[in-house]
Amino acid sequence: MTIQAIVEELGLEALVAADLAREVRGGYCSDLLSDVLAHAKAGDLWITHQRHLNVVAVAKLRELSGVICVRGLAPGPDVISRAADEKINLLLTSEDAFEVAGRLHRLLHP
Amino acid sequence: MSPPIPPIHKRIFLVAAGDLEGAGSVSTAVRRTLRELGVEPDVVKRAGIVCFEGEMNMVLFSQGGRIILIVREDRVELLFSDRGPGIANIDLARQPGYSTAPDWARELGFGSGLGIPNMEQNSDRFEIHSRVGEGTVIRSTILRGVHDDTGDRGGARA
Ligand SMILES: Nc1ncnc2c1ncn2[C@@H]1O[C@H](COP(=O)(O)OP(=O)(O)OP(=O)(O)O)[C@@H](O)[C@H]1O
Ligand SMILES: [Mg+2]
Repeated sequence: MTIQAIVEELGLEALVAADLAREVRGGYCSDLLSDVLAHAKAGDLWITHQRHLNVVAVAKLRELSGVICVRGLAPGPDVISRAADEKINLLLTSEDAFEVAGRLHRLLHP
Repeated sequence: MSPPIPPIHKRIFLVAAGDLEGAGSVSTAVRRTLRELGVEPDVVKRAGIVCFEGEMNMVLFSQGGRIILIVREDRVELLFSDRGPGIANIDLARQPGYSTAPDWARELGFGSGLGIPNMEQNSDRFEIHSRVGEGTVIRSTILRGVHDDTGDRGGARA
C-alpha cells in the first residue's frame, strides 16, 4: 500500500509530502532512536512522539517510508524543512499512537 | 597480515560536544561522500548508521573530537576519537541496554543503550579503546563487496 492511500484512509495531515507513491512495508512504534535504527525495516512507517531534527536523520538512515507524529505533536519548521530536504514523508495525526498503530495495522493486514 | 591497501579517500570531520542540532551532519556528509565515490549501497547504509551512533555518543558524552573517514578499495574505515571522560567498563558499554544518558537526552529518544551494539552490528571489525579521564577511540571497519543487500545481518564478524 502506498503512503498516499494510507494518508487518505487514516486522514493524516501531510506536513511533508516528499514521495507519496512510496510503498509502505509495515510499521514501527518507538520513541528510541537507536531502537529504530536497530529494529525498524526499510519501508516501515515510523510512529513516534519524537519531533526533533534527529528523527529525520534516523528515518533517512533506516530508509523508512515516512514518519507519523502522533497526538498532534507537530514538529517545528526546522524539522519540516529538513524532512523536505531529505525527502522524508512527514505526517501528522491528532490520534494517539495506539489508535493510529491499530488502524495502520488493520489497513496493512486486513 | 598483509599491509592495508592505500586509501583512495580520506576525510576528517570535527564534532563539537553538546551540538545536538548539528548532530547527524557528519553521518549525512559521510553517506554523500561514499555515494559519490561509488561505494556499494549496503556499505553506505551501514557506514551511515555506524557514523550516526558514534557521532551522537561524542556529542552526548565527550568534550568533542573528530571522525576520520578512510575509504579503501576493499573497505571503509571510520575512526572516532574524542577527549572526555572515557569509558570505565567497555564490556558493560557494549551490552545492549546499558546507558548513562542523562534524563534530558532520554526525553529526546537517546539512552536505550543500543548505540554501541548498533555500531558493532554494522561493522565487520570493531574496536574500542578508552582511558578514563582522557577519552575514547573507536575504530569500525566495513568490508566492501562481501555482503548481500538486505541491510539485515546477524552480527559483527570480527
Ligand atoms: N564517546 C564516549 N565517551 C564516553 N562515554 C561513552 C562514549 N560513548 C559511549 N559512552 C558510554 O557508553 C554507554 C553506552 O553507549 P550506547 O551508545 O550504546 O548507548 P547510549 O548512547 O547511552 O544510548 P543510545 O545510543 O541507545 O541512544 C553510554 O551511555 C555512555 O556511558
Ligand atoms: Mg549512543
